[in-house]
Amino acid sequence: MAAQTASRSGLKSALPLLAPAYLWLTVAIFLPLSAMVFFSFMTELPLSGKPWAFTLGNYAAFFSQSLYLTLLLASLRLGLEVTLWCIVIGYPAAYVLAKVLKGRSREAIFLLVILPFWSNGLVRIFSWAMVLREGGILDTALNAVLPFKINIDLMYSYPAVIIGLVHSYVPYMVLTCYLTLQAIDDSLIEAGRSLGASRLQVLKRVIIPLSMPGLVAGAALIFVPVVGSFMEPRILGGRTGTFYGTIIEDQFVAVFNWPLGAALSFILLAVVLVILAIASPVLKRAA
Amino acid sequence: MRMPDLTALLTATAVFTSALAFAAQADEVHVLNWKGYGADEPWAVAAFEKATGNKVVNDFFNSEQEMLTKIRTNPGLYDVVMINAAFNDQAMAEKLIQPIDTSKLPNYADISKDKASSPMLDHDGKVYGVPWVWGLTALAINEKSFDKPPTSIAEMWNPAHKGRVVIRDDAVEAVQFGAIATGQNINDIKDMDAVKTKLTSLMPQIKTFWSSENDWNQMVASNQIDIGTYWSGSADRAKTHFKLPVSLVIPQEGAVAWLDAFSIPVGSKNVAGAQAFINYMIDPKFYVEWVTKVGAPVSANTKAVEALPEDAFNRKVMGDPEVAKRIQFQAPITDKQREAYLALWQQLKVDVK
Repeated sequence: MAAQTASRSGLKSALPLLAPAYLWLTVAIFLPLSAMVFFSFMTELPLSGKPWAFTLGNYAAFFSQSLYLTLLLASLRLGLEVTLWCIVIGYPAAYVLAKVLKGRSREAIFLLVILPFWSNGLVRIFSWAMVLREGGILDTALNAVLPFKINIDLMYSYPAVIIGLVHSYVPYMVLTCYLTLQAIDDSLIEAGRSLGASRLQVLKRVIIPLSMPGLVAGAALIFVPVVGSFMEPRILGGRTGTFYGTIIEDQFVAVFNWPLGAALSFILLAVVLVILAIASPVLKRAA
Repeated sequence: MRMPDLTALLTATAVFTSALAFAAQADEVHVLNWKGYGADEPWAVAAFEKATGNKVVNDFFNSEQEMLTKIRTNPGLYDVVMINAAFNDQAMAEKLIQPIDTSKLPNYADISKDKASSPMLDHDGKVYGVPWVWGLTALAINEKSFDKPPTSIAEMWNPAHKGRVVIRDDAVEAVQFGAIATGQNINDIKDMDAVKTKLTSLMPQIKTFWSSENDWNQMVASNQIDIGTYWSGSADRAKTHFKLPVSLVIPQEGAVAWLDAFSIPVGSKNVAGAQAFINYMIDPKFYVEWVTKVGAPVSANTKAVEALPEDAFNRKVMGDPEVAKRIQFQAPITDKQREAYLALWQQLKVDVK
């Protein structure tokens, strides 16, 4: 009884704190998103002034043409690859930040890691374009140093898309892993070492399991937006830069077919949710 | 008797301020156009404002669909809108634009007759669009890669240029380009399979799909491409303004021509200002300055083109009767066609991955 009253009054006092966030979420996200769900079942957009009706045709379009499925699989693969590279690059960096560096040097490295966050996404991509192209910064620099002639033209290719996306998203991985790694008590690592575990064993048995929540959170934060990304593939991918996100953008921008674009977006959302749902028991056990 | 005095004073103030507010509003001309496309040149805006006392407020769109959405969702906001002639029909059918009283536009009389009487702009004897400029979607080459400019569209398929060819990421433009390459009428494509086969064989040649002038110019500046589809006005601008080694090629097989026109949206609050602005935009003086300072497509005003130097590209090449015979003007296309073109284009882009 007492506990119940306490929890109710807790909610009451929490309400003024929660209200702004929920009001904002309702107005800025829930309402437009519901409108999009509504649009995805329509034949025409009411804005265009044409008669419209309800239909499932926009969702059927996904299954009637193989191209949408092909692109969805390509985008999921892109999401996995980018997430993997972010772990490979971001996790060691987070470890060094959390456990090796101290004081000033830690602050400096930390700043360098989150610097990409502060620059505009388009600026980042266009600077990559300057670096990656033939006769660009990377090509010129390597040829100036190396004794033999190599030709580096990564621009407008699949690797260019991966490089651009990894660069944009690696700070998420570093930040989430840094937080969990920092929380690991150093004495646990010392205890493992003093009990005769090798460095590798400590990493496998102590550090990675304890930092798993950070890895999982980082992976989810990266995977979901990368699957729907369209700007990086379009600018860096060239001929190979067609992905699920770019065709959704085409429906909205090029042909004003919002209903189909909305339907394709919600199919993506559903697929991503299913993947996360399937992965969650595995990840929970791991975490 | 103080109260009525006060009321009178208040009323007078209210009337006066509302008159002022009205005047301020009526003196603004809201223009909707592509960014960097003549109407927003600072020197032009300044000259127009000085001559007429109207204030120009520019707004921009990134695609024809966005332009239509903007006038649909903001009735009464815009006074002048630049609409590609192929979209004029749709804008009129949706009652987004109003007929224009051309007697208020002194320069209208100098518009070339074939453009002024275009069935895409005139409906039931009323003028819904004032032809402004026209141009071509043709080919442009990187002069460094060619000793002699090519004459045929087949150069795009030449294996020597593999990986150094670009095409715009636009389904309609790509399909119409394919129609020209297969010798068909761009507005009445009979053999869509031939277009698809032809474009499929082009895809391995492609370096990337460009979407803005800036993309094209940067790739030429860093010598990454040899040839690609390009707009005539942009090729001119790349050469005169950015001093890039770019020259336009109008292939013997033909090229896609488009016509841009100004319209006045329904509900415009400043029709007189809009008329003055459109008249200024088709004025020879503005046009010559635009071409010399920035580079521009071809004016629909014959007097404006005649005011250019004799060897000017827009007069010599674009005015050549031989060229006029080869080009095909874009006619309106339906939403269904546009969606079908996009489906074809997306399929091609997926197949090449």
